[in-house]
Amino acid sequence: MPIPISYNVRNVMQRPVATLTTAIGIGLTVTIFIGALALAAGFQAALLQTGSPDNAIALRKGADSEISSGVSREAADILRAGPDVAIGPNGRPLVSAELVVVANKERLGQPGSSNVTVRGVDPSAVGMRAEVKIVEGRMFTPGTDEVIVGQRIAARFANCAVGEKIRFQQRDFTVVGHFNAGGASFESEIWGDAAVLIPALDRDGFQTVTFRMRDPGRFAEIKKRLEADPRLQVQIQRERDFYAQQSELLTNLIRFMGVFITGIMAIGAIFGAMNTMYAAVGSRTREIAMLLVLGFLPYEVMLSFVLESVMLALIGGVIGCLLALPINGIATSTTNFQSFSELAFAFRVTPAALIAGMIFAAGMGLVGGILPARAAARQPLARALRAI
Amino acid sequence: MNVLNLILVNLGRNKRRTILTMLSVTVALFLYCTLGGVLDTLQEAIKVGSETRLISRNAISLIFPLPISYGTRIASVPGVKRVGIQNWFGAQDPKDPHNFFAQFAVDDENFFPIYANDIEIVEASPPQAAMTLPEGMPPQLASYMTEQTACVIGAKLMTKMGWKLGQTITLAGTIYPGEWPFTIRAVYHAKKRSIGEETMFFHWKYLDQKGMGGRALVGVYILDLDAPSRAADIAKQVDAMFENSSAATRTESEQAFQAGFVSMYGNIPFVLRVIGLAVVFAILLVAANTMVMAIRERTGEIGVLKTLGFGDGTIFGIVLTEAAVITMGGGILGSLLAKWVIEGTGFNFGGFLPPMSVHWATVITGIAIATLVGAVSGLIPAWQASQLRIVQALRRVD
Repeated sequence: MPIPISYNVRNVMQRPVATLTTAIGIGLTVTIFIGALALAAGFQAALLQTGSPDNAIALRKGADSEISSGVSREAADILRAGPDVAIGPNGRPLVSAELVVVANKERLGQPGSSNVTVRGVDPSAVGMRAEVKIVEGRMFTPGTDEVIVGQRIAARFANCAVGEKIRFQQRDFTVVGHFNAGGASFESEIWGDAAVLIPALDRDGFQTVTFRMRDPGRFAEIKKRLEADPRLQVQIQRERDFYAQQSELLTNLIRFMGVFITGIMAIGAIFGAMNTMYAAVGSRTREIAMLLVLGFLPYEVMLSFVLESVMLALIGGVIGCLLALPINGIATSTTNFQSFSELAFAFRVTPAALIAGMIFAAGMGLVGGILPARAAARQPLARALRAI
Repeated sequence: MNVLNLILVNLGRNKRRTILTMLSVTVALFLYCTLGGVLDTLQEAIKVGSETRLISRNAISLIFPLPISYGTRIASVPGVKRVGIQNWFGAQDPKDPHNFFAQFAVDDENFFPIYANDIEIVEASPPQAAMTLPEGMPPQLASYMTEQTACVIGAKLMTKMGWKLGQTITLAGTIYPGEWPFTIRAVYHAKKRSIGEETMFFHWKYLDQKGMGGRALVGVYILDLDAPSRAADIAKQVDAMFENSSAATRTESEQAFQAGFVSMYGNIPFVLRVIGLAVVFAILLVAANTMVMAIRERTGEIGVLKTLGFGDGTIFGIVLTEAAVITMGGGILGSLLAKWVIEGTGFNFGGFLPPMSVHWATVITGIAIATLVGAVSGLIPAWQASQLRIVQALRRVD
């Protein structure tokens, strides 16, 4: 018969201070662990939610980001007239040939400046991105010096409030609205009419051409045909895949940092748990001897102590999860060096991250508990009993 | 003296516990100093640039170029000694696109003299023919200068990629499409630790001819000054000159220019500070737990000490010191380990930042924090011990 779990529960409860300090130590590790996962998840979500799988994006061959790409006006015209482009309700093809540049702007709330993506879009094709909704003010009027600002960066950069003027090159543009894009990275951008922005920024041609496919199921065929066209010199990707790929570098970096930091913290927390468990075993020498005399097998004693350690760690895990919950939704921002521009995003504490946190906690308890538990099970009976 | 002995003996009575606690403080401080090292490295990244050199870039952002005609106009500003050119190339190794390293196209006759005090050529191919180099250029660059596709590579990048001097490498352009062959003609070594050795330099003319179709666009201008004290004035003067041109400039010290990159990391330094705080708090708990356990076991003994005439204050001090010694020991180990490991491996964030370093200030702060945290963690048990009544302490049978 195994030792009842209630025995361990009572033991854990009997030493509230030791239990709590050890549990909080483990809990903090779990919090940082979940925090790192939430940071990576939030960042990734911003880019994974960007774009639609029904849209295709054309970049110049070899370009690894929008700003390093370039598509000539001629190529854009050829793409626009292509047979695979869906037609919008207004009878126009759903194609947006876009200018994508970064502008260095002063930050609000923290010192320094950072790059913001400025996207010149085709006003007739805004409907292609159904997720884009104006949340304040109005849409920019095509052909004018008006821009709209993504809601996530509106409060992070100077001159981005509705009604304010933002300067690009020698021209002042009026911010007429803020928009939401369902959490997509577009929310970290400034949008205007490509036809106005290109001459204003002294550019020629576009960076990318995005179009809605008439039949998204035929993507492979469309890709093959357009990439083979010698007039175009483009590479075609599904819009969603392209933006997801743009998140790779930073997501991996955040994950690596998270694993590194929490890995080291876990070692510290395990030592803490070992200390507590050794003390628990030490102060219960007689009790353990009794258990053995009563006929409990050494492995049952060992199992019992390991369980106790895991239990202790799980209390820590719960504390860690509770501490991590409030960070959900906190917005932060950093530069995505793949797109060379600021990306604002929110921490996302996902259920999967919480579960991973609990498993992590249990793992720390298990590792920390094994040696003390073995020490408990291997006590020489006679000496343990003589301790009375 | 006797008291000190007592503390040492107490540390040794439960060796396992002392060692476990010390080790957990060690890893915590290792982590604290590593995070501190990242912040130190960001600080260092700012200092890469000199305060006496200026950088002129397009006012909109770095990705917008400047016309080549600006060079002579900038050079005419009083106080400007030389004007160099640097363009970001951004190509990839086609075999491993994730293996990032920076490449810059530079105008050799100005760029290398400007940076003569920062980098030195340590290895170079012998020149094909005798030639006179422009003034101020390292003589070893003769062979590099005579070949259009030649390049200069940092010593660390050579090792990392396993390249050899004289080898031809092919990069895949991202901004400038196509395949780009380069021949390695020289290897440089950074004279200052803060300058990376993982960069590639090549002829700006090659980029202009093959990549820009002779449009001669300039990424940034580097201004070497005669009168560094007038840097701010000169910057203003340059920007005023182009204020109403098609491409307005933004001129700032090289240091401020580098600081601009660091500020792009946004909230990351803040996040690291928060994690550092959590780590410190976690050690506090581990240490406090140990001390509480240690004192509880010794209740009877403390009663004996008090009976022997040890004062409340002495008991308080003994317990506090014991805690501080454990955490200080762990702190010293962890902090030094961090400095040694991190600076020893030369980890450098894939070339985005200078080689990572942990400043002595960070190490000392870490040790001080560990010691302080230990003392604080000992406060409650120390106070309990000092307040213990002899009768009660001796009555308790354990």
